[in-house]
Amino acid sequence: MPTAFSRILFSLLLLLPMAAQAGDANDFAAANPAKQASLLQQWSANPDSARLALLEALQQGRVAADSSKQAFIEHDGSYRAVEGDAAPTGQTRKLRLNNRMRGLISTAMASHQLLSDDPALRLAAAQELQKRAKPAQLALLEASVAREADDAVRDALTLALANLQLVDSDPTVRLAAVRLLGETGEPLARTRLETLLDPDVESDPSVRTAAETSLAQVKRKLLVGELLGQAFSGLSLGSILLLAALGLAITFGLLGVINMAHGEMLMLGAYSTYMVQVLFQRFAPEALALYPLVALPVAFFVTAAIGMALERTVIRHLYGRPLETLLATWGISLILIQLVRVMFGAQNVEVANPYWLSGGIQVLPNLVLPYNRIVIIGFALFVVLLTWLLLNKTRLGLNVRAVTQNRNMAACCGVPTGRVDMLAFGLGSGIAGLGGVALSQIGNVGPDLGQSYIIDSFLVVVLGGVGQLAGSVMAAFGLGIANKILEPQIGAVLGKILILALIILFIQKRPQGLFALKGRVID
Amino acid sequence: MQRRNLIKALTLSASIAAMGMTWTVQAAETIKVGILHSLSGTMAISETSLKDMALMTIDEINAKGGVNGKQLEAVVVDPASNWPLFAEKGRQLLTQDKVDVVFGCWTSVSRKSVLPVFEELNGLLFYPVQYEGEEMSPNVFYTGAAPNQQAIPAVEYLMSEDGGAAKRYFLLGTDYVYPRTTNKILRSFLVSKGVAEKDIEEVYTPFGHSDYQTIVANIKKFSAGGKTAVISTVNGDSNVPFYKELANQGIEATDIPVVAFSVGEEELRGIDTKPLVGQLAAWNYFQSVENPVNTEFVNKWKAYAKAKNLPGADKAVTNDPMEATYVGINMWAQAVEKAGSTDVDKVRDALAGQTFAAPSGYTLTMDKTNHHLHKPVMIGEVQEDGQFEVVWQTEGPLRAQPWSPYIEGNDKKPDYAVKSN
Repeated sequence: MPTAFSRILFSLLLLLPMAAQAGDANDFAAANPAKQASLLQQWSANPDSARLALLEALQQGRVAADSSKQAFIEHDGSYRAVEGDAAPTGQTRKLRLNNRMRGLISTAMASHQLLSDDPALRLAAAQELQKRAKPAQLALLEASVAREADDAVRDALTLALANLQLVDSDPTVRLAAVRLLGETGEPLARTRLETLLDPDVESDPSVRTAAETSLAQVKRKLLVGELLGQAFSGLSLGSILLLAALGLAITFGLLGVINMAHGEMLMLGAYSTYMVQVLFQRFAPEALALYPLVALPVAFFVTAAIGMALERTVIRHLYGRPLETLLATWGISLILIQLVRVMFGAQNVEVANPYWLSGGIQVLPNLVLPYNRIVIIGFALFVVLLTWLLLNKTRLGLNVRAVTQNRNMAACCGVPTGRVDMLAFGLGSGIAGLGGVALSQIGNVGPDLGQSYIIDSFLVVVLGGVGQLAGSVMAAFGLGIANKILEPQIGAVLGKILILALIILFIQKRPQGLFALKGRVID
Repeated sequence: MQRRNLIKALTLSASIAAMGMTWTVQAAETIKVGILHSLSGTMAISETSLKDMALMTIDEINAKGGVNGKQLEAVVVDPASNWPLFAEKGRQLLTQDKVDVVFGCWTSVSRKSVLPVFEELNGLLFYPVQYEGEEMSPNVFYTGAAPNQQAIPAVEYLMSEDGGAAKRYFLLGTDYVYPRTTNKILRSFLVSKGVAEKDIEEVYTPFGHSDYQTIVANIKKFSAGGKTAVISTVNGDSNVPFYKELANQGIEATDIPVVAFSVGEEELRGIDTKPLVGQLAAWNYFQSVENPVNTEFVNKWKAYAKAKNLPGADKAVTNDPMEATYVGINMWAQAVEKAGSTDVDKVRDALAGQTFAAPSGYTLTMDKTNHHLHKPVMIGEVQEDGQFEVVWQTEGPLRAQPWSPYIEGNDKKPDYAVKSN
C-alpha cells in the first residue's frame, strides 16, 4: 500500500515543481530549529527535484534570511530571491546550522538526488542512505528500488532498504533483509545484526539463526579491512620514520658525525615548504596546488646549503672528536630553533594540504586510505632509490664511500677528502630537507618540529646498523609496523615504552645493529 | 684598534643604559607585577600570547593613571616549559624581585609546581586557564573554568537533541593530570546519566603524539556501535595531526562530532581549518562573541599586536585564556584600589565579590569564598576562517565547583580556600 500511495504522491509533486520551492525556502527561513528539523525530515521522505537548489545552497551555507524572514540564496557575494527578483529588505543574516541540521540536510539531499538522471549521483545518494536512511523514508526507498534501472544503484538501494526492513512486521521480509546484510562489509551492519540476536528483539528463531550466519560473514569482512588498515598504518609510520632518518643515515651513518642538528634540517625543510606556499599564495594563487612539488628542490637546496656551511665552519674542525661534535651540533640546533622562533614566531605556521593530498580513497567499507599517506610512502621509496643511486652509481658516491671507509687511503689516491666531506654532509642535510617537506604535509610546522623526530631518527639508524642504507630502511618499516601492532593492544603510551625497551635489549645483544658492515675497514 | 674602540663604546653605552634603568626605578615608586609564562619550549605556542596580553593590560592600566596613584611595573621571567623551573622562577619573583602579584602558568603541572612556593611565601598567583579542579589555595585565584564550567555542560550539549544525542563517548586525551582528572569526572558523570561502561572508551597519547591512524581507526570502529561523540582533551599541537587524520579518513562532524577543551582561536592559527569545520569547542569566551566590550577588547589587542610588531600581528586573535588574563589583572587592580594597599591578605579580602564587565558579554563576579570566577559556558563550532560560532550557551554565569561532586569524597571538602599542606 505505501508504495502505491507514494507513487501517486510523486507524480503529483512532479507535476508542480516550481510551486513548492519558494514557499519551502521561506518556510524554512521563518521556522525555529525544531520546525526546521521536521521540515527537513518531511522533505527527505517526499523529494522534489525543484528543491535541490535550495538544499544545495543550505549544504554550502549560502542561504540567508532578510528582516522580513524571506529566504535568499547567495550567488558570488550578492543575494538573490529563490524565485522572482525581489531584493532583500533590511539586514540579511545567514541561516545558522548545527551538526544535527547538517546531517538532516545530507539525508534530504541524498533522497533528492535519487531523482537525478545521473546514475553516479544516484549511486552516491543510495550509499549515503545506507548510512542515514530514517524509517520515514521506507516508502520512498521502496518506490525508488522499483523504479531503478541501473543494477549497481538498485543493489545499493536494496541494501539501504534492508536496513529499514529489519524491523518489518513480516518475518519473511526480515529474513531476506538479514540475509542481504550478510553480503555487506559495513561496520554498521554488524551492530544492527548483533541486536537481532537478542530473543527479546527478534522473536522469530529462523531470523535469529540467519542473523548469526550473516553476522559471522560481516565480521570476517570487517576483520580483513582491519588487518589491511593496520598493515597500511604500519607502512605509513615506517615511511615517515624513514624520511626523518634517511638524512641522518648519511651524516651519522656514513660520515660518523653525531649530528644533533639533524632534526633542525627537517624543520628548515618544512619551513622552506611554508615559504614556497606563501610565495605561491602571493604571486601564483592559481597554481597553488603545485606548491609541494616546487618546495622539494627548494627545500633540498636550502638545507643542503646550510648543511655545507655548517660543515665548513664548525664540524670540519671536530672530526674524530665525537663528544665535542655532539655538543657543538646540539648548540647549533638550539641556535637554529631560536633563529626560526625570532623570524617566524613561536606559533606553528599553517601549511595546508593541496586538494590532491586531502581526503582518501575508500577501499573497503571500513578502510579508507588517506592520499597524503599513500603519496608519502611512495615518496619515501623514491628518495631511498635516489640516495642509493647517488651513492652507488655516481663518482661522488664512490668518493663518499671511499672516504668513509678509509680516509687516509682515499686521500693518497687523490680524492679531495675535504670537499667530499662537505658534499656528503650537504647531501645528508638536503635529504633531511626533503623529509621536512613530507613531514609538513602530515603534522605541525613549528620551531620544535625537529625535536620530536631526532630521537626516532637515531633509533632507526642505530637499530638498522650504522653505515647501511638497507638497514635504515628495514629498521624504519620494522619499527613502524611493530608500533602499529602494539598500539591497539596496549595503548600509545605503553606501546612506545615497550618499543624502546625492546630496542635496548636488541642493542645489548647485537650492538652493530640489524645489518653490519663486514671486513677490515671498520675501525 | 677598531675592535677595542667598539668594546669601549659598548661598555660605555651599556653602563649608561644600566644607570638609566636604576634611575627610573628609584625615581618613581612602582608596584611590581610578575609574569610567569613560558616563552620558549613546547608551551611557548600558547603562553607567549598570555605574556603579551598581560603587558597590554598593564600598559592600559598605567595609561589610566596606574593603581593607587602608582604605575605598574612588569617583571617578565621565562620558565621555559620546564616544570621545576617554574618553582624556581616563582621564588625569584617573590623574594628577589619582590613582586606584589604574579600572573602565570598554563599547564596544571606548572601550577602544582609553584603552589608550595606561593603558599610558603604568602604570594598571590592568578591562574588564567581552564583546569581539572581539585584545588583551592588561598594564594591562588583561578580565572579559568572549573570542570562544571566547561566539561560537564559540553557533554550535556552532546547528549541533547541539537548536539546529536550521542549515546557512546570516546574520551581522548594527552597523558597527564588535566585530561586524566577531567575524564575521571566525565566518566562518573556519564555513568550517573545512565551511559553504560561499555559505551565509554578512554584513550591517552603521549605529549607531542603525531600519529593518530590507529586511534582514528578505533574511533570509527567504536562509532559503529551507536551515535558517538569524541571528547578531546588533547593538548598542544598534537591536535593538528589528529584533526587532519579525522578529515582524511572521511569522518565528518555530522557523523562523529569532536568537542575539544583545549583548542581555541590561537591554536587554530597554525592549522588549515577547512577539515575542521563543524567540530566543537567548549569555552567561556570566543573572539566572535558580539558585544561592545568585546569589540573594543579585540580591537585593542589587534592594535597592540601591530604596535609592538608581535610575530603574526596581522592575524592576531584573542582567546579564552587571554580574556581570563585580562579579567584577572583588572580585577586585581580594582581590589588593590579597594584595599588601598598591595598587601596580599588585604587584597585577598578585597577580591571576594569583585565584579568586572568582561569581553564575554557578562559581568563576571569573583566568588565570595571559593577563589573562582562565575563564568558563562559557550559551545562554538569551528568556522572556515578559524573563528568559532556560538551554537549554544548557558543563560548566565555559573558558579564554579572546584571540588567536583562526581569525584568521591569531595562532598566533605570545605567550600573555602585552605592551604594544601
